[in-house]
Amino acid sequence: MSRLLQTPFLPSVSLPTKTRSSVPGFRVKPRTIPIQAKIREIFMPALSSTMTEGKIVSWVKSEGDKLNKGESVVVVESDKADMDVETFYDGYLAAIMVEEGGVAPVGSAIALLAETEDEIADAKAKASGGGDSKPPPPPPPASPPTPAVESPVAVEKKVAAPVSVKAVAASSVHPASEGGKRIVASPYAKKLAKELKVELAGLVGSGPMGRIVAKDVEAVSAGGGVQAAVAVKEVAAAPGVELGSVVPFTTMQGAVSRNMVESLAVPTFRVGYTITTDALDALYKKIKSKGVTMTALLAKATALALAKHPVVNSSCRDGNSFVYNSSINVAVAVAIDGGLITPVLQNADKVDIYSLSRKWKELVDKARAKQLQPQEYNTGTFTLSNLGMFGVDRFDAILPPGTGAIMAVGASQPSTVATKDGRIGMKNQMQVNVTADHRVIYGADLAQFLQTLASIIEDPKDLTF
Amino acid sequence: MQSAMTLSFSQTSSFTRPNHVLGSTASVFSTPKNLRFCGLRREAFGFSPSNQLSFRSNQIRTQSSGLQVSASASSNGNGNGAPPKSFDYDLIIIGAGVGGHGAALHAVEKGLKTAIIEGDVVGGTCVNRGCVPSKALLAVSGRMRELQNEHHMKSFGLQVSAAGYDRQGVADHANNLATKIRNNLTNSMKALGVDILTGFGSVLGPQKVKYGKDNIITAKNIIIATGSVPFVPKGIEVDGKTVITSDHALKLESVPDWIAIVGSGYIGLEFSDVYTALGSEVTFIEALDQLMPGFDPEISKLAQRVLINPRKIDYHTGVFASKITPAKDGKPVLIELTDAKTKEPKDTLEVDAALIATGRAPFTNGLGLENVNVVTQRGFIPVDERMRVIDGNGTLVPNLYCIGDANGKLMLAHAASAQGISVVEQVSGRDHVLNHLSIPAACFTHPEISMVGLTEPQAKEKGEKEGFKVSVAKTSFKANTKALAENEGEGIAKMIYRPDNGEILGVHIFGLHAADLIHEASNAIALGTRIQDIKLAVHAHPTLSEVLDELFKAAKVEGHASTGQEMQR
Repeated sequence: MSRLLQTPFLPSVSLPTKTRSSVPGFRVKPRTIPIQAKIREIFMPALSSTMTEGKIVSWVKSEGDKLNKGESVVVVESDKADMDVETFYDGYLAAIMVEEGGVAPVGSAIALLAETEDEIADAKAKASGGGDSKPPPPPPPASPPTPAVESPVAVEKKVAAPVSVKAVAASSVHPASEGGKRIVASPYAKKLAKELKVELAGLVGSGPMGRIVAKDVEAVSAGGGVQAAVAVKEVAAAPGVELGSVVPFTTMQGAVSRNMVESLAVPTFRVGYTITTDALDALYKKIKSKGVTMTALLAKATALALAKHPVVNSSCRDGNSFVYNSSINVAVAVAIDGGLITPVLQNADKVDIYSLSRKWKELVDKARAKQLQPQEYNTGTFTLSNLGMFGVDRFDAILPPGTGAIMAVGASQPSTVATKDGRIGMKNQMQVNVTADHRVIYGADLAQFLQTLASIIEDPKDLTF
Repeated sequence: MQSAMTLSFSQTSSFTRPNHVLGSTASVFSTPKNLRFCGLRREAFGFSPSNQLSFRSNQIRTQSSGLQVSASASSNGNGNGAPPKSFDYDLIIIGAGVGGHGAALHAVEKGLKTAIIEGDVVGGTCVNRGCVPSKALLAVSGRMRELQNEHHMKSFGLQVSAAGYDRQGVADHANNLATKIRNNLTNSMKALGVDILTGFGSVLGPQKVKYGKDNIITAKNIIIATGSVPFVPKGIEVDGKTVITSDHALKLESVPDWIAIVGSGYIGLEFSDVYTALGSEVTFIEALDQLMPGFDPEISKLAQRVLINPRKIDYHTGVFASKITPAKDGKPVLIELTDAKTKEPKDTLEVDAALIATGRAPFTNGLGLENVNVVTQRGFIPVDERMRVIDGNGTLVPNLYCIGDANGKLMLAHAASAQGISVVEQVSGRDHVLNHLSIPAACFTHPEISMVGLTEPQAKEKGEKEGFKVSVAKTSFKANTKALAENEGEGIAKMIYRPDNGEILGVHIFGLHAADLIHEASNAIALGTRIQDIKLAVHAHPTLSEVLDELFKAAKVEGHASTGQEMQR
């Protein structure tokens, strides 16, 4: 029985000569094309007789690092053990073709090694250019996810929000951070930031002495991705989807997923309301030519209602206290390619409808171009999600963590209504449904808020002031 | 300190020939006597210590010069000629730590009239402020870690709802354990008739000791076993609350959100394991360029990948913590970092607490060493290979010995104990030199790290100097059935050896229960067992010990087994 266990652990058995020979480093083959002869491929080594593929546990070196012969470059997990793999050549690690966590068959290229710094760019081009003809090694199975492949949005979204956070926590700037020159973040926060690609600079933390802690990083990374739930159906049936395939989350999807799970920790409830929009529609028709959009009108109406019910604009983060937010920033969910984002109309209660409409247009353009700045998508204090344009008459939104409420807006549709004077008439009506954090916002709060909102929308003269 | 290494009393000339080992000399072990040198066990097993001790071959290696040593240990009293009446005691030990305790028990065994002087509490650092309470905390952290690891639990098919802990409960466990072990230790000495004298002891002159206010006693031989205290570099202000040493940390009076640990050796590593399991985030500050200096480089690299990188730990290497100010007036603990090479200020950290784990300093002040003309070196008492104290002129001080942390040879509890036993052997007429390379060491992280003998670079250097080849064999826990059953396949074992004669130079293990596994290797080194022989020994299947079994089998030794016939009998 114990015989079975004695499969020799091949790579580890050191030959009496030298250590390096004991570790079967990657076979590095000179390139066949003479011009680029100095760019070498780094192959997945065979670390044991039974190994057919290896998983990259971690890259010890990163792209651009100088490598000395015999240095560990990458840690590979075989069927038996994790092994450090050393390089046989001096040079620079030009391009990593299989990222950490990726799996590659034995003999396939996992990275490129350039002899000089100048050749790094060539090597990178080669790596991203994909498999040009090289005879022996099969191309790596997983498409080499070089950093360039990553969606710019995802990266951008993870960028910290200096302005926004300052607004929330201006009073808690770290005393020792010398006015933001130094970053004070806990070890785990730093680790998470690296993982989630969050820039710590400018972020102000909620930890002791304003230290950045893990949940701050999570909150930022969650940022615009929060409202994904509402827009999921839009992304779903896109063409070119390979059925039956398992697709790992993009960073954005990962962030959304975390947020959605996090939202389960918040006890929410929902209150719906039907609002007649005849007056609003009439107003819209009148000022549409001046560039006013329906979204801006709705945001403005919501903001005016929120001004009268500050508790609905509050947020509870720790379960022990809550903040009456000082400004009313209405975030509006917008579906974009590969996810969704929530551009924020800041101070929507104070900005006039025309400026607000211009701002909205600008934000949407930026969102489509994936150029939104962090403070433009993650400073919302209340969220609007509108699926009316798809004919959806009512739905239910998930509350983004860190805010107090989100309103789901359905389509405005002509309906037959019985009026108080006993007649039957036709009115345009839309249903709204607010999801709120019941730790701070109670049923009556929402009911009163909705009543106010309805009266504003039904008599929209205040909107144009 | 509970390691029991076996060392032979047999004639050591046999060790000089490569293929002539254990089996052939077995007959020399006529009546092997057993000795448990660690009183803790004896107590734990409920032996009545006064008589009927069951003796096992003990762990002192005779010197390799080939001196013939009598294997029949005499156990009846002072047969050593010196007029007993002129001295109050045959042996006085200053310091009742694990080293002094080990020496005292062995001295009684050798029939010596023994006293032990303790100015603080019996048990010393190990029992009260070191290995013992830290094991209690690590036992907790290991379980927490396991319960918190959802993935790990799921892979067993277990469901555990959120694990939590009660800080006071954890602290009590550590404290209770220390108390229990301390009592065991005290009782074991009392029961054997060791006089425990309370008070601070110092050397008055040759063979003369003062303790307490002015009690003066004489002894034929004196052992200094005063141990060590946490070393706090200058510039660091320890307040015991937010800037602490291991002494305070073991009381676990708080679990800070963020703690900086200065020093990434054993102590720092073990505490990082405890603190991260209890929810703290940790920042290591290490003066050397690499974390975990002192471990075999390959082991420390793997350990870093398992014990540091995936945990809530970050680190600064190549820097000194040149100034640490405790938290006060609402300000956090401030740590100024200075580049270790350029000595220039590098960074400042603000944390909730700082643990100083920069090693230990000998506790030798006020020992009256000047009375015997002894000059300490950085506080350490200079000794020769037989633990005999060397004075300022480089000559031996007669009848004065120093063991344990105070001499700085190998600052481990079980090393101190072994040194103490070695000294007792000498004063009772047997020449002994302890082979420090056979003393194992362990770091009780999860998983554990253990080692014995040389590291790979040390062995290579030695091989180059002395002209022998050095080979390395490795096995992985991933291939071990028991480890896989426990879902703990992470880890390696590594052996450094001479392929020409099969001598084991060093063994390093990182993995599940590494601290328990190392003894097969340390015993082999202590006994001079060669790989070609030990590889034929049988290990129960499936056990973790097969990791070592495979390690021995993976070695490529040119020589042949010397004991083939013995094994087949």
